[in-house]
Amino acid sequence: MRELTFTAATREALTERMAVDPSIFVMGEGIGPRGGNFGTTLGLYEKHGPLRLCDTPIAERGFVGLACGAAMTGARPIVDFMFLDFILDSVGEIFNQIAKMQYMSSGRLKMPVILRGCIGIGSSAATHHSSSYYSVFAHVPGLRVIVPSNPHDAKGLFRTALRSDDPVLFLEHKNILHLKGPVPDESDEYTIPFGLANVARVGRDVTVVSLGLMLRRALEAAEKLAGEGISVEVIDLRTVAPLDMPTVLTSLKKTGRILVVDETFAPFGVGAEVIAQVNERGFDDLDAPPARLNGAHTPTPYSPTLEAAVVPSFDAIAQAIRDVVAA
Amino acid sequence: MQVIRQTEEALARSHQAGLIHGACHTYVGEEAIAAGVCAHLTHDDALFSTHRGHGHALAKGVPPRELIAELFGRVTGCSRGRGGSMHLFSPEVGMMGTSGIVGPCILQATGAGYTFKLLGKPHVGVAFFGDGASNNGAFHEGLNLAAIYQLPTIFICENNQFATEIAITYATRNADIWTKAASFGMPGVCVDGNDSVAVWQAAGEAIARARSGGGPTLIECKTYRTRAHAEGMRDGGYRSAEDVEKWKARDPIKMLAARMPQEQAEFAAIEADVKALVEEAVAFAKASPYPDGITATEHIYA
Repeated sequence: MRELTFTAATREALTERMAVDPSIFVMGEGIGPRGGNFGTTLGLYEKHGPLRLCDTPIAERGFVGLACGAAMTGARPIVDFMFLDFILDSVGEIFNQIAKMQYMSSGRLKMPVILRGCIGIGSSAATHHSSSYYSVFAHVPGLRVIVPSNPHDAKGLFRTALRSDDPVLFLEHKNILHLKGPVPDESDEYTIPFGLANVARVGRDVTVVSLGLMLRRALEAAEKLAGEGISVEVIDLRTVAPLDMPTVLTSLKKTGRILVVDETFAPFGVGAEVIAQVNERGFDDLDAPPARLNGAHTPTPYSPTLEAAVVPSFDAIAQAIRDVVAA
Repeated sequence: MQVIRQTEEALARSHQAGLIHGACHTYVGEEAIAAGVCAHLTHDDALFSTHRGHGHALAKGVPPRELIAELFGRVTGCSRGRGGSMHLFSPEVGMMGTSGIVGPCILQATGAGYTFKLLGKPHVGVAFFGDGASNNGAFHEGLNLAAIYQLPTIFICENNQFATEIAITYATRNADIWTKAASFGMPGVCVDGNDSVAVWQAAGEAIARARSGGGPTLIECKTYRTRAHAEGMRDGGYRSAEDVEKWKARDPIKMLAARMPQEQAEFAAIEADVKALVEEAVAFAKASPYPDGITATEHIYA
């Protein structure tokens, strides 16, 4: 199978959909002739021009509110934030308007908005270019929150987002955007539904639940631990909202042990929610206390040594898995 | 204007009678603005409004019975009981919502203008907002975006001179809000917001320009609300009784009637017709059922 980067995979999905759906337009800083800071819209301006590839002033609240009004009146806006950190200037428009619009209108308005941006810690990007916030958005009713871990899934999930009538946060870890992975030919019109986790590696001793960059690191750890005789099942959540708990609980029933690995903050986060539901619905399947491994609860530092210290490392993940198995 | 006035007065009475469960911000004294602007709009034009939005909903075509039923929390309300006074939705007539947050309507009307330009439709987006919103970032970001993209969006600032109880002259050193349009390179117009004919003329020019590709306009309508910020609130200390009386004397309905002394019989007939309409609307709302609690979590997602 051919190999594409994340960026190329989602750009392919965007290109094919923009060709057939004239209501789609993209807004953001530098997504026009420049093609996006990360290349998300490269080549599309030449095809569709400035109205559909709309460069914006640095006015996040303004253009997110604009996207809300556009979605209410029949367009399908995609807001490209570059770095997700910039979304915070527009959070009132997202929480109070975009997330609630379908509800407030008793289902008579749809809200087909995609809010995309890069997340994650790395490259000494420091604390205004490293945030993720997916558990914050997943807390709010009305939003879909997507965090793919490989180019195949990114394309399939982005295709679903491009057809969704719900607002979608599409969040890609910037440290893996350039990595290639197998993606079917353009003629293959596969999609991946929201709320369907992927069993990324089959195992029998312990279930590791993760997403994004940490999912890839967990798979590497699982490979190493296989050499130590530990069989790890790895589940890629792929979407934080909706959260696919049936897949997690099915795996737990088999392994009896569970660890959630998440780069973002532990308090009130993905691990907190997954483990709470495990306790509610899978308590009798537990052979050891459920565990989580998170990034540090801190703003993100700049210096490489400090930065590495706030993210779960390969070694930390491997050790956390051993600990759960030994518990 | 009569529909708005009499509906608002019925709502004020209903609030005192305990039929309205939440907030109720009336539009009494400002009717000329909604009536003058919406006379130029069809159901395909998209209107976005603020917390003081009853008049906009009625002028855009929401029947009084649906507005009153909404404030009564009934399933027959325009938002099916999900919204109340500050979340009035009737997309079927282009009433795209009122908002409990000051400012977003400006951005959403800009977005509607974007859709209409993108899809080549001759419609306009219209935002109604108060003087309070003009000091909010949404005003500055929204007007700038509408100007740089030359969108068919009309910004109607209803300067009733107080953001709840904070005077506009306190909140900005430039209380002539229409002059701020020049900062964004768009036309700015100032009219007497109690003069329905002046509003109608200014809005007509701006809307025609927007429909023909001429871009957005900011219209400041100087006006006054003659009731309290919200029903049941005290209304003293921040403005004088003399000012309130002075503006009551500038009642937009009486001002229009005074321009056409030969039409007094017709004005009286309209008033009587609207009285019957509003009485029927209140009765309809009172008789309507409340929504079933089991439906409270419907319509979160598509």
